[in-house]
Amino acid sequence: MAIKLYGAPASNATLRAKACLAEKGIEYEFVHVDMSKQEHKSPEFLSRNPFGQVPAFEEGDLKLFESRAITQYLAHTYADKGSDLIIKDPKKMAILAVWIEVESQKFEPASSKLVWELVYKAMFGMTTDEAVVEGNEKKLEQVLDVYESRLSQSKYLGGESFTLADLHHLPNMKYLVGTKTKRLFDARPHVSAWAADILSRPAWVKATTA
Amino acid sequence: MVAKVYGPIRSACSQRVLACFFEFGVDFELIHVDLDSQEHKQPDFLQKQPFGQVPVVEDGDFRLFESRAIIRYYATKYSGKNRNLYGTTLEEKAIVDQWLEVEAHHFNDMVYNIVVQKLIIPKMGGKTDFDLVQSCVKKLEQVLDIYEQRLSKTRYLAGEWFTLADLSHLPGTRYLMNECGLDHLVRERKKVNMWWDDISTRPAWEKVMELFNGGK
Repeated sequence: MAIKLYGAPASNATLRAKACLAEKGIEYEFVHVDMSKQEHKSPEFLSRNPFGQVPAFEEGDLKLFESRAITQYLAHTYADKGSDLIIKDPKKMAILAVWIEVESQKFEPASSKLVWELVYKAMFGMTTDEAVVEGNEKKLEQVLDVYESRLSQSKYLGGESFTLADLHHLPNMKYLVGTKTKRLFDARPHVSAWAADILSRPAWVKATTA
Repeated sequence: MVAKVYGPIRSACSQRVLACFFEFGVDFELIHVDLDSQEHKQPDFLQKQPFGQVPVVEDGDFRLFESRAIIRYYATKYSGKNRNLYGTTLEEKAIVDQWLEVEAHHFNDMVYNIVVQKLIIPKMGGKTDFDLVQSCVKKLEQVLDIYEQRLSKTRYLAGEWFTLADLSHLPGTRYLMNECGLDHLVRERKKVNMWWDDISTRPAWEKVMELFNGGK
C-alpha cells in the first residue's frame, strides 16, 4: 500500500515524520505542499488537515495529520521493520510515553518559538524579537536542566535505546544548534552528548538531505 | 493494588486521569497536593515529577506523570474492559492519537492561557491581560469551527465511539464554560453543543464532578 507524505522541506513537523519514515526504512512518495503559494490553505489540502498545517499522511484509505500521531502509527504498525522506535513491554512503553508528552508539552512550545524567531523569521526577511528569544531561552533552560538529570540516569530519554521520545526532538534541535541557542545544549554535558548522538544518526542525515 | 493519584481535585490534568480511571473502574486513592502552599515545588514532590506539576500516578513501584501518557497506558492496559476508548485497530488508535494531539496543541494551548489569565492570575493578586484573552478566544473559535465541521461527519472526534480524544477535552471545556464564563463558544455551535452534552453527562465524568463539588 503506497504511502504519501504531504509537506514542506523546511517544515519542522514535516521533518519529524520524515525522520520516522527513514528510521523505519519505509518507502514513500513525498508530495511538496507549496506554502509560499498558500497551498496549505487550499480546500484540497484542508480536506487532509482542517488546520491547514503540514504534514499530512496517506496510506490507502487511512488519512492522518499531526506529526506525532503519524510517527506513533508508523512505529506501532511497522514495529518489525527498521529501527525499534517503541518498546513492547507495557510499563516501559508507558515511561516512553511520558517523555513523548514531555517533548510535546514542554520542549516543543519553547523550542518552536525560538526556531520561529531565530530561523524562520530570517528566511522570510522578518525581524527577530529578542525579548521573545530571551523569555523562551529561560523556559528551555528549565526543561534542559530536567533533561540533564534524566540523561545522567538513562542513556536516552525514553529508556536505554533510541525511541520516538528522542526522535521527536530532532527537527527543532537541528535548527537550534545552528543558532546562539546552541550554548544552552553545550552547557549541559549529558544533553550535549545525547544531542550529538541523535543528530548524527544515519536515518536523520538521510531525512534532512533527501 | 490501589493506584495513588497525587493532585488536587481542581486540577484539570488530574481530572483527566480520574475520568479515565472511572471509565475503566480503576481503584484509586486521591492524594491532595496543596498548590497554594507550593507543595508541588518542594524537593519531595520534585522527586516524583521533575517539572513540579500535577498529577503523578503511583501504581505499586510504577510511577508515571503527564496526564495524556497516563490515560494512554491505562486505556491500553484495560482495553479488555472498554475496547473502544483507544481504538480496536492500529488505524483507529492512530485517529484517536491524532485528535489527542489536536486537543493537546490546538485546544489546550488556548484554554490554558484563558484559565491562567482569567482565574489564576487574579487569585494571585495580578492583572488579567484582556488582550491576550481576546486573542486566545479568537483562535479557540477557529478551532471550534473545525470541531463543528468534524462533528457534523462523525459522532465523536475520532469516529463513532467515545474515545480518549473526547475524554481529554472534559476538564478544560468545563472550566471554559463555567468559571471562565465562555459557554457561548460551545452553545453557539450545534454539533459541538450536542457533543458536549453527550460527553459531559457520562457517568464517569459525573463521578469526577461529585469529587470536585464535594472535595477541596
